[in-house]
Amino acid sequence: MNRRTMYTGLALALIYLLVHGLQAFGLLLSYHVQILSLACINIILVVSLNLINGFTGQFSIGHAGFLAVGAYSSAYLTVTFHTPFFVALLVGAIFAGIVGLIIGLPALRLKGDYLAIATLGFGEIIRVIILNTQAVGGARGFSGIPNYTTFGNSYLLAILTVFVIRNFVNSDHGRACLAIREDEIAAESLGVHSTYFKTLAFSLGAFFAGIAGGLFSHYLQYMAPTSGQIGFMKSIDILIMLVLGGLGNITGSVIAAVVLTIVPELLRGFAEYRMVIYSIILILVMIYRPDGLLGGRSLGYARLKNSIEGVKAHASHK
Amino acid sequence: MNWYVIGLQQLINGLALGSVYALIALGYTMVYGIIKLINFAHGEIYMLGAYLGFYAITSLNLSLVPAMVLAMVSAAIIGMLLERVAYRPLRSSPRIAVLITAIGASLLFQSTAQLVFGASFKPFPQAIPFTRIQLGPVFTTNRQLLIFGVAVALMIALHIIVQYTTFGKAMRAVSMDKDAAQLMGINIDRVISITFALGSALAAAAGILVGMYYNRIDPYMGTMPGLKAFVAAVLGGIGIVPGAVVGGLLMGVAENMVVAFVSSTLRDAVAFAILIAVLLFRPNGLLGKNRTEKV
Amino acid sequence: MLATNNLQVNDLCVNFGGLQAVNKVSFSLKPQSLGALIGPNGAGKTTVFNALTGLCRVSSGQIEFGNEHIANQPAHYIARRGIARTFQNIRLFKNLTVLDNLRIAYHQNRQYPLLSAIFLTTKFRQEEKQITAKAEEALSLVNLSERSQSLAGSLPYGEQRRVEIARALMLNPHLLLLDEPAAGMNPQETQTLLQLIRDLRDNLKLSILLIEHDMKLVMNLCEELFVLDYGQLIAAGCPKTVQNDPRVIQAYLGGKTA
Repeated sequence: MNRRTMYTGLALALIYLLVHGLQAFGLLLSYHVQILSLACINIILVVSLNLINGFTGQFSIGHAGFLAVGAYSSAYLTVTFHTPFFVALLVGAIFAGIVGLIIGLPALRLKGDYLAIATLGFGEIIRVIILNTQAVGGARGFSGIPNYTTFGNSYLLAILTVFVIRNFVNSDHGRACLAIREDEIAAESLGVHSTYFKTLAFSLGAFFAGIAGGLFSHYLQYMAPTSGQIGFMKSIDILIMLVLGGLGNITGSVIAAVVLTIVPELLRGFAEYRMVIYSIILILVMIYRPDGLLGGRSLGYARLKNSIEGVKAHASHK
Repeated sequence: MNWYVIGLQQLINGLALGSVYALIALGYTMVYGIIKLINFAHGEIYMLGAYLGFYAITSLNLSLVPAMVLAMVSAAIIGMLLERVAYRPLRSSPRIAVLITAIGASLLFQSTAQLVFGASFKPFPQAIPFTRIQLGPVFTTNRQLLIFGVAVALMIALHIIVQYTTFGKAMRAVSMDKDAAQLMGINIDRVISITFALGSALAAAAGILVGMYYNRIDPYMGTMPGLKAFVAAVLGGIGIVPGAVVGGLLMGVAENMVVAFVSSTLRDAVAFAILIAVLLFRPNGLLGKNRTEKV
Repeated sequence: MLATNNLQVNDLCVNFGGLQAVNKVSFSLKPQSLGALIGPNGAGKTTVFNALTGLCRVSSGQIEFGNEHIANQPAHYIARRGIARTFQNIRLFKNLTVLDNLRIAYHQNRQYPLLSAIFLTTKFRQEEKQITAKAEEALSLVNLSERSQSLAGSLPYGEQRRVEIARALMLNPHLLLLDEPAAGMNPQETQTLLQLIRDLRDNLKLSILLIEHDMKLVMNLCEELFVLDYGQLIAAGCPKTVQNDPRVIQAYLGGKTA
């Protein structure tokens, strides 16, 4: 283990202790800690969508569909069979991953906006299926889900998600995905089996969205098959966080997920203005900062150095 | 009642609904044909059209036809503004950036409408008295006939514009090859603007027709019909004007049939099932030709 | 083993809709030879490359490489069989560093499994080091070591072409297809390129087939020329023979009035 990993680990442990410490001293109410759990769930959602949209360059706007699969299947397990939470989470995530695979195989033949629309369609079909499944409450919603999600377990799973996806992106598998994003034809001509890697990224993203879903249902304790909770509007919520944090930028995803979870809670009085402001920011960001508010790739020394050298190289050859 | 009577009745209902989808789909298809953008905000223009019509009738005391004209003109201006402000700066950006902007614009219209008009629904004034017209075992209503009639008239008008006017020719040229069209002296910005105006006007008309048909309008009414009309455009072959009409009518009929014979909870799933089937098996749509990607 | 890696193309046809872009083209390329595909614009040269690398559908005919039929195999499969290429309009991954561009091309030789990468095992770290070393080596072959951390899209044109060649070399190919490698290069750069291509053939023992409009380069470098016109092979052979072929002269100078 090198020094950087150690420091990162220490910092993460400190954050955890800090939250619990502040809670013990009454500086954070349990309501605040709950919001932090929600932020962790959103981190998982945004980072996993980043793998699909940011790193692999596919455009999914149906991510909430996988959240729904994980949320309902894990809740069904804990409610009906009293399955231990982590087992239920894992099963829900695997189930979401399989659904991702089934959807990804045909859908990923499509590109760009066609793929976007197809994922939207699949997402809505998942919602309609849930709406028609009486075992999980159908249109009435699914109630009586145990309150298993804590700050501790959602924090841990958020770290795990970031860790796995970051390492994936930095591996040869991740490079294959980046290559597909940059130029699928060139990637193929270099031996990258693009269908395989697109599907891999898609199912992996769906898997983690499934974990987030499991945490989400055991956080809310009640799931309603509405657009805002498991449908198109939820997908758009995740997408907004992703875009503002920057496509292909994990640090940005984490920051955006945390900020955009906490800020609306602080501004509850202005709830009806939230979407107006979000949408204006979204448009402005696309026009003036299409790489997101925090830039295209993860922040770091290497990136800074690269861009400086890139500018130099460019200038010296002008 | 026999199943074929139900079928026939649903065919009539489906054609009425389908002609609305077709009107909205025309806007999607024209815009896509010309700048390759799925204008996600198009469904919201349709919603705004319904509200404009609502206020024209209730506040300005206009009768149906002037109210519709006013709403169509205002929607056309909104559509042109949308293109000018949100889409034009991104014309050379990646498609994904434009698509996200379109989603943003859609959210903006919807949330603003919610603030301005209120989140709850409004009853749409009945500009013409309701009558039922019996046709043997099945029936239609004067509203259905009005929807169908207005839709057909507008489609014929659009067809004449696209096929027989200078503007139509310019529009077709731009959709075939933007650069070449520009070299021929066509003002691309103007053509794109007018295309948005035309599409938005048709959507506004559709909004008013639907408001009358269902007696109610609300700020979210644009989302689903917008998506379904988009599916209709894809079904017919996106970018192909007659395709939008065929796709819209088919969608309306298919949806009514499923609701009548299977289950009403599947109403919205029909569109997406059709969409996925089309994308996978005939991505260029029913009227589209196969094209190969150039390496 | 080397003898099996010759390229044999028989009656290759590629149709786009009604258009016959390539019409019954046959030729072969022996191992370690330097060949060029020449002909006027629109003759179908790039289409032949695309057919060879699986990027467009072959309508009929065979492509045999290393005793295997590869016509209409997927592009990634053909790349793994040892055919690498560059593109006429440079298809580097512009937003990635030069080094990453090259490391991606090592993909087919990567050994470690995904889990090894996720848990950052020693096997993963060691192999990543090897991949980086390999990429740096390939980069030094084209004299661009100092550019490894630059974004590929920020390099000048001539350097981008060389990065693309280095990237193709990361595949350890038996056959290298270069689509207009000298386009946009100044005479000096072209001279370096000529030497580079020779060195690659001699040192790495691979065959190279190139498309090029710079006749001086082609005549200096290549042993075998294949001339395409309107999708058909109108001449083949050593530079001297082809140069004096009346059909070739006609194709280049026009005069099809007869």
